[in-house]
Amino acid sequence: MSQADQISLPAESGGAAPGQPAAPAPVAARRGGDTLYFALRNKKLVGGLIVVLALLVLGVVGPLVHTNSPTEYLGTPGQSPGGEWLMGTTMFGQDVLAQFLHGLRSTFLVGALGGGLAAIVGMAVGFVAGYRGGLVDEVLNMLTNILLVIPTLAVLIIIAAYLKVRGVMVEALFIGFTSWPWAARAVRSQTLTLASRDFVDLARLSGVPTWKIITRDIAPNMSSYLFMTFILLFGGAVLAAATLDFIGLGPTDGMSLGLMLNNAVRWSALQLGLWWWFVPPGLGITAVVGALYVMNVGLDEVFNPRLREM
Amino acid sequence: MALRVSDLTVHYRTLRGAVKALDGVTFEVGDGEILGLAGESGSGKSTLGKSLIRMDGRMRHVGGTVELDGKELPIGDDGAMNRFRYKEVSLIPQYAMSALNPTRKIGKMVADLLDSHGVRYKSVEEELGRRLDLVELPAEVLGKYPIELSGGMKQRMVMVISTLLDPSLLIADEVTSALDVSTQKAVATTLAGFRNRGFVKSMIFITHDISLTHQIADTIMVMYAGKLAEKAPADTVVRAPRHPYTKALINSLPEVGVQYAERKLAGIPGSPPSLLNPPAGCRFRDRCPLAFDKCGEQPPAVEVAPGHLVACCKA
Amino acid sequence: MRQYFGRKLLIYALTFFAAVTINWMIPRFMPGDPIQGLVARAQVADPASVDAMNAHYRNLFGLDVPVWEQYMNFWGALLRGDLGLSIWAFPTPVSDLIVRAIPYTLALLIPAILLSWWAGNRFGAFAARRKWLDNTILPVGYILTATPYMWLALLLAWSLAIVAGIFPVSHAYSFSLTPSWSPEFLGSLLAHWVLPFASLFLVMFGGWAIGMRNLIIYELEADYSNYLLALGARGKLVRDYAFRNAVLPQITGLALQLGTIVAGALVTEIVFSYPGIGYLILQAINSQDFFLLQGVFLFIVLGVLIANFIIDAVYTLVDPRTRVRLQGAGA
Repeated sequence: MSQADQISLPAESGGAAPGQPAAPAPVAARRGGDTLYFALRNKKLVGGLIVVLALLVLGVVGPLVHTNSPTEYLGTPGQSPGGEWLMGTTMFGQDVLAQFLHGLRSTFLVGALGGGLAAIVGMAVGFVAGYRGGLVDEVLNMLTNILLVIPTLAVLIIIAAYLKVRGVMVEALFIGFTSWPWAARAVRSQTLTLASRDFVDLARLSGVPTWKIITRDIAPNMSSYLFMTFILLFGGAVLAAATLDFIGLGPTDGMSLGLMLNNAVRWSALQLGLWWWFVPPGLGITAVVGALYVMNVGLDEVFNPRLREM
Repeated sequence: MALRVSDLTVHYRTLRGAVKALDGVTFEVGDGEILGLAGESGSGKSTLGKSLIRMDGRMRHVGGTVELDGKELPIGDDGAMNRFRYKEVSLIPQYAMSALNPTRKIGKMVADLLDSHGVRYKSVEEELGRRLDLVELPAEVLGKYPIELSGGMKQRMVMVISTLLDPSLLIADEVTSALDVSTQKAVATTLAGFRNRGFVKSMIFITHDISLTHQIADTIMVMYAGKLAEKAPADTVVRAPRHPYTKALINSLPEVGVQYAERKLAGIPGSPPSLLNPPAGCRFRDRCPLAFDKCGEQPPAVEVAPGHLVACCKA
Repeated sequence: MRQYFGRKLLIYALTFFAAVTINWMIPRFMPGDPIQGLVARAQVADPASVDAMNAHYRNLFGLDVPVWEQYMNFWGALLRGDLGLSIWAFPTPVSDLIVRAIPYTLALLIPAILLSWWAGNRFGAFAARRKWLDNTILPVGYILTATPYMWLALLLAWSLAIVAGIFPVSHAYSFSLTPSWSPEFLGSLLAHWVLPFASLFLVMFGGWAIGMRNLIIYELEADYSNYLLALGARGKLVRDYAFRNAVLPQITGLALQLGTIVAGALVTEIVFSYPGIGYLILQAINSQDFFLLQGVFLFIVLGVLIANFIIDAVYTLVDPRTRVRLQGAGA
């Protein structure tokens, strides 16, 4: 996923975009409504959102309704889907459906926590570096660049391998702390363009403190961009966690979609033809991440009128 | 007559409906004439400029005709228009600073563009050199990338490129809005020079800055809310305007030659009507100090003196 | 120019330094005696081996000397190419294992990266603003780029190898053959290579195609495109220009994605038991072979840094803007 370049800079429309239709004054007031209007009519956004929400509900409510344990050996090993076991059983007789539902839950947990953490760190670094400039920028930029070239997954593998007990939370924490650099870089360049605008100058001249300028003047002006960044970080965290889990460094005390894949491969589900063991978890990850990406394109079109096809 | 626009109507498609950006505009531009096109943003002046060369995807040619040198321009047909673009109608865009491809050497870009029109670069190379000389650009710029040129150099480069094939009509769309005062004047003078030397036959100079227009235009056309308000020789518009809107516009300038025209324009009380569902009758009615019952009907553009058109019942 | 690359090299040097330091620090942060822990986890029964390992670790960790000296010793060993002995394949040196595995990983990675980048960019540019293609085929790109590498690998292995039986499921070549340059052996190599390559290629392809599609839409809306169109340039010329400019961020994107791509190759190898670096990682994790794991980590960092440097160099060659800026700075 070429994440970083999938979001191009939102509308740096140099001046009043030429060819903007006759813009009478009330348009400014209607802008918020406009965004919603286009958002509800954007098929990519609405479709993506529906898939994500449906899977979220499945992950949150599913385990409450379908109360089988995901790890206990409950039934006949290697049952194909249907009948008593809706999605079949593993070769140990575990309930694949229960595993899938719990896995979905931790997938969202890792995405929200890891992606959220990365977004917070990335934004903080990006804002400060872009707004303060000078030595602060120099140092933060160097740090960002170093972390950007380090293959973070390799670092995660090393760290995770040394941890004897691993939980979904810890995993999310590590992913969050290692996956922020590109977001920081993107936010920094956006901040740079905003920091030189009149309204920011005005605030600075009237003695408004830095953090207030950042939270009141800069962040709201790129909120759409920040939101899209978060979505991409969310998807990235989900994929990173799946990779770690698959290698065998997943949670030691829970269930995840990546762990299902790991178990399936380790116990030769492939050779034994137990496809119901490894197809659903991958499908779940792909659906969550894919729907998020499609949503993002939709959002991009909503926020950047130039991309709308009419 | 070089350019004859009759009853031109152009709409923008939006999800809320058609924005009637240009509503039945009729005017002419003579050979060798520079027409200054003035108005607030949203008056339709930029829409008019674009309609004459390339409509963007949301614009629709609803009615009216455009004739250039006796041939009708297929302005609604993007493909068919290509034959006329550059050779017959050309454009100096507002965004001259970013109009050149950043990753191509300028000379190569010109050659590629000419090739699109079946013109060999070699055949115009000499003339290109002369014109670069005229605007005081060294011939070496052709071997450079846009990033190596200053803003002023890029501006002049675009002016030379756009007029290289001696188009009959040149549209200069807000070319000076991004420039400082002294450069604005230089650019305007250069454009007038292009006309005098016959690089272009006639020109439409679109701007919101009436005072600058006054310096180079022969005729000034003032637009308001998608319609022609007044069109007259430049001096007449500035010194003896007849339309209340033009008057307000001119009065809002402390004296001719003073900048910040845009801000002053906004100083006229009220705002233009929505063009989604424009009200019947005169569109300036709500802001007009002279408005009376008869303004409920659309006033036709009347020739009050030779070459002086006004669309107002009170004029 | 020199200044620019000097700065880049500094960043890479710092990165490598940071990676080595992380590598050195992690075992020391873990509770308990690292050597006892390592040997105990190693599950080696033979007492002679245990003694040998104890001695080796003590020597390497040098716990009886001050911390800074331990750190220097660590660097010293590293610079001599001594990454320790593998526990999983005791007593093979870790560096030997890595050197043996690297060709397989590169044979998968390099063709997959280059071909998917090229094909994805072409395809994305072609689909952009062509409504029918954009709406029907590009969703496939989104699905592909959202697919975890190992899952696509599993699907391919299951459908084309297990069910259809067209390709072999695992390993780099048939065990009935001995490595040689014979056509039979090369054919076996190729047959085993196809599926892991294809699965890497497909996932990356989706990402590049979408990235290019989104970039080129921005480029086609850019001022220089509008200017060309207004002057009646042929559509092909406008597209060509937009493509050239959109390719540049895709080169940067490649550098940014390297880490993820390498991780993708690792898990793909695991699915196919392909004897590259990823397979080593799996073995290292399963047998708690931390020396092997850390050695592999350093190698991956080094490889990614080298690749980054190559991409930097290519970028400056391709983008006239950086080139001009650099020459201006150098003059």
